[in-house]
Amino acid sequence: MTEHDTKNIATRNIMLHYPKRLADKPIISTLIKKYDIIVNITRARIDQDEEGTLVIEISGLKKNIDAGLAYLDDLGITFKPVSKVIKRIDERCTHCSACIVVCPTKALAVRDRESMVVDFIEDRCIGCGLCIPACPYTAMEMSE
Amino acid sequence: MAKTIQEINEKIKKNKACVFTAEEIIQYVEKNGIKRAAQEVDVVTTGTFGPMCSSGAFLNFGHSSPRMKIQKAWLNDVHAYGALAACDVYIGATEIPDDDPANKIHPGKFSYGGGHVIEDLIAGRDVFLRATSYGTDCYPRKKLETYINIKELNQAFLLNPRNSYQNYNVAVNKSERVIYTYLGILQPNIGNANYSSAGQLSPLLNDPYYRTIGIGTKIFLGGAVGYVSWQGTQHNPTAKRDKGGVPVEGAGTICVTGDMKQMSTRYIRAVSMIGYGVSLSVGLGIPIPIIDEEMMKFVSVKDEDISATVVDYSSAYPNREPDIVTRVNYRDLRSGTVTIEGQSVPTASLSSYSLAKEIAQNLKTWIENGSLLLSEKVESLPGAESGQTFKPLEIREKGGDTDD
Ligand code: SF4
Ligand code: SF4
Repeated sequence: MTEHDTKNIATRNIMLHYPKRLADKPIISTLIKKYDIIVNITRARIDQDEEGTLVIEISGLKKNIDAGLAYLDDLGITFKPVSKVIKRIDERCTHCSACIVVCPTKALAVRDRESMVVDFIEDRCIGCGLCIPACPYTAMEMSE
Repeated sequence: MAKTIQEINEKIKKNKACVFTAEEIIQYVEKNGIKRAAQEVDVVTTGTFGPMCSSGAFLNFGHSSPRMKIQKAWLNDVHAYGALAACDVYIGATEIPDDDPANKIHPGKFSYGGGHVIEDLIAGRDVFLRATSYGTDCYPRKKLETYINIKELNQAFLLNPRNSYQNYNVAVNKSERVIYTYLGILQPNIGNANYSSAGQLSPLLNDPYYRTIGIGTKIFLGGAVGYVSWQGTQHNPTAKRDKGGVPVEGAGTICVTGDMKQMSTRYIRAVSMIGYGVSLSVGLGIPIPIIDEEMMKFVSVKDEDISATVVDYSSAYPNREPDIVTRVNYRDLRSGTVTIEGQSVPTASLSSYSLAKEIAQNLKTWIENGSLLLSEKVESLPGAESGQTFKPLEIREKGGDTDD
């Protein structure tokens, strides 16, 4: 990439749903090879029935990213951007831990098993929003 | 050497009582032995905080002018039961607004309901009261709309028919799709295991045979002083127990009551369980007098000695089948992973261990500074010897026989 190109570089976090029929397709390697996109898999969850949810960070030239996302769209893979900012309203959190099994990046985690306090580690959060409906006390909030 | 509750209270009055939480006492007993600990320690405090659906509040509004015999009432659009005397109602924790879409679009959000009304009242927020009636000569008013505040109510007290379950199921999902339960979101293929008990801190697990906890016992309820008013619904003293006497499944329960005007929203919180409904989380703690060595032995129970039953909530639970998946202990549950059917499964809790600890600590402080005296139970809860069980409902014809 030349100096001029760096302006056109973009990084995005996306969450995609990987249906079973595509389980044996080399989708990620196509993104890398054909579209020259750098792919960082933040989290992969493949169930036994081979359906899966993938959270990936993609970076590359803007036009390549657009083409890559169009390729995913054509395959019928549903994806959504995860770029929102998530906050925890600490007074509302009871430290129950109902959220920790839905958080894909362990941004919500119990690090000290004596106190059993649930930490929100903001720099691990990718803003996927999965914790919001999972929290019974509406302690997790999304802001743009 | 046995101690009476009166003797313990004398020490509390002189600020000389020796108090430990049910967590702290474990190490103390390991170091000093049961005998010595029983001599030195007067009270062990317990605590729990988690969703307890069988909760609700009695409210008395006082009489309007002209008077009204409230027949149907809504608080912030949530139905409250009004078929009592003129201006008494009962609001249940799990009630939802009449126009709530519930699970029509699955999973429903359940963002407001009875639990939230109770939390709003305790927080001191105004709540909108709407009521209807048919009118009588002595109670002519047929419609009422006004705001109420807990400060203005004559009485507002929780009366929770079933709280503080002695042990509880661990929920897993063996099906192929995500399910939404009162024990949280359960991922397919045993993707997670959710539990809801404070284990070694839980009140009834520290007095497994209800030797000191009974009707009239003074407790911590929602940040205030409350009382055990009756055996709880579904109280099942004959549940399976391990050799130490600790139940390995849901067993004893208590009905509790306390003044909402003294409570705090730190310990009474509304709950919205996605796909399931609304509820109320209740903070509850019970001080246990160490009247003899046997009580000391009971309160020194630790997480690894308490087992819980793992149940499949995609099939066995909803269909009321007796099958269990396995048993696990609370030390493993609290470690973050348990092994179920050879698989390592992440765990999550619906109850808060850190708030349970805080409640036990609060009780300890109250007793240490002499502001809480212990009460003697006035009647025992039905014990294991009573033969009382938790019977299922058999669907039958009028006058007909049930299957069993
Ligand atoms: S949005 Fe919530 S679930 Fe998603 S990564 Fe952040 S904390 Fe975890
Ligand atoms: S589910 Fe909500 S209340 Fe419970 S630990 Fe997570 S953020 Fe806190």
